[in-house]
Amino acid sequence: MKKVYVNEKWCLGCHLCEYNCAFANSGLNDMAKLKGRTILPNIRVEENDKICFAVNCRHCDDPICVKSCIAGALSKSPEGVVEINKNKCVGCLTCVLVCPFGCVLPDENGIIGKCELCTKNSFGEPACVKGCPNNAIVFEER
Amino acid sequence: MKYVIIGNSAAAVGCIEGIRQKDEFGQITVISSEKYHTYSRPLISYLLCGKTDIEKMKYRAADFYEKNKCKCLFGVSVVKINKDEKTVTLSDGETIPYDKLLVATGSHPFIPTMRGLESVKNKFTFMSLDDALSLEKALNKNSHVLIIGAGLIGLKCAEGIYGRCKSITVVDLADKVMPSVLDCESSAIVKKHIEEKGIKFILSDSVDEFKDGSAILKSGKKVDFDIVVVAVGVRPNTSLISDCGGEVRRGIAVDDTCKTTLDDIYAAGDCTESHDITTDSYKILALLPNAYMQGETAGINMAGGNKSFTNAVPMNSIGFFGLHIITAGSYEGEEYVVSDGKNYKKLITKDGLLKGYILVGDVIRAGIYTSLIREQMKLDSLDFESLKKNPSMTAMNESYRKLKLSGISQS
Repeated sequence: MKKVYVNEKWCLGCHLCEYNCAFANSGLNDMAKLKGRTILPNIRVEENDKICFAVNCRHCDDPICVKSCIAGALSKSPEGVVEINKNKCVGCLTCVLVCPFGCVLPDENGIIGKCELCTKNSFGEPACVKGCPNNAIVFEER
Repeated sequence: MKYVIIGNSAAAVGCIEGIRQKDEFGQITVISSEKYHTYSRPLISYLLCGKTDIEKMKYRAADFYEKNKCKCLFGVSVVKINKDEKTVTLSDGETIPYDKLLVATGSHPFIPTMRGLESVKNKFTFMSLDDALSLEKALNKNSHVLIIGAGLIGLKCAEGIYGRCKSITVVDLADKVMPSVLDCESSAIVKKHIEEKGIKFILSDSVDEFKDGSAILKSGKKVDFDIVVVAVGVRPNTSLISDCGGEVRRGIAVDDTCKTTLDDIYAAGDCTESHDITTDSYKILALLPNAYMQGETAGINMAGGNKSFTNAVPMNSIGFFGLHIITAGSYEGEEYVVSDGKNYKKLITKDGLLKGYILVGDVIRAGIYTSLIREQMKLDSLDFESLKKNPSMTAMNESYRKLKLSGISQS
């Protein structure tokens, strides 16, 4: 399946992917409306003094978060997307306990927000990738 | 192929999903004494506090059994495994044949002997949906609730009924809350947070006698109550296996494939023992993720596949009134501690490996620590100094990052 992959050498650390993600999942009609809000994007740039790159859900073939979810709120779609049913999630954070990449994070309501590759919002394909100015993240089959 | 599964919780569901990865058509029979569609037991406290409902707490979708072509026998229990005939005998007298059997019988609440307990009308345990529903029925705005046990179950119960009763008092023999997973300092943070809600704790104490609506404690203190919840621990349901000659230690003994010592009989979940890789010892890991992974392993092997589950570790994620607690592994080794009185972090290392951790408050990206423990990653292969401060993929070495984030393996 197509996933978001990182080319860390090309990442500028501009954090634009975070804004594009937050906007795509906000339901707002104008990105400028995010100004002044605390955003909790499903992709996060991680950096130190030497490297930077964006991290989002790896949509693992054998996802431990899905197996561990105590509410049955995480599942893998037939296409391979690891999806969250926010209606069922109670915010126990067992997925945070087990995700090896630290890419499942609580949303503003304390339940889980996660990358679903923009399959559930109006963008249809990852907004983070589309807006990346330097191809530091790509959406492809590998 | 005829598969029979005794139980209908996480291990059973893992088994069904494991079987169906390998065998689309084999006949699966699920036998459960509870009459409910599979539901998440850890959610019963969330049910009481209104964060979920009976529909939403279904552990799998309403069409789960149909989609997985399972025959359900609910409301009956298995009284005997006839291993030579390869059948199980049900409480209604029927016998069901199997080719491969899973025992996922879970555990039951342990109720210690307490004088006068038999005279208490409103006494409950807190494990199953029926437990929660009967507690809810007895509960009202004027209830004074006494919870025996300040472990995960007792405290989750307290949170669940908070605001629906007049008072909650928690008594525990241990000198701290959640003694099985927290150290003194983290436990004190959690206790203080819960106390601020008005929940009372009486620690290092236990009930000597229940008498006329009061509990007289060993210390001489007296606690008046209307409702008692006993939440001191659970015991595995192992008798089906021991009765037919299978090995039972603390729990049912299983190998890495989740097979018991008996032919064609597997076991998974809270009724079994797991091999904790952080201490190299066998113990009961009564945790939902562990139950699922054992069940799935058993299912794949029952269906002729080849799967081993070899990296079980104790791990918990729990929260009370917005304060999150995540712990994993074991706590013997060199300690690294950071605390500001609200957020707490302890990492334990030994033999060049991360063995365990306790996080209270800031728990974000805890899974990076968990994976270090589960994968037994050598700490000298990564930047542990930075990882100590902040769990981040930036601390992992380049080839790991390339493999996991870029999908490129370097050989």
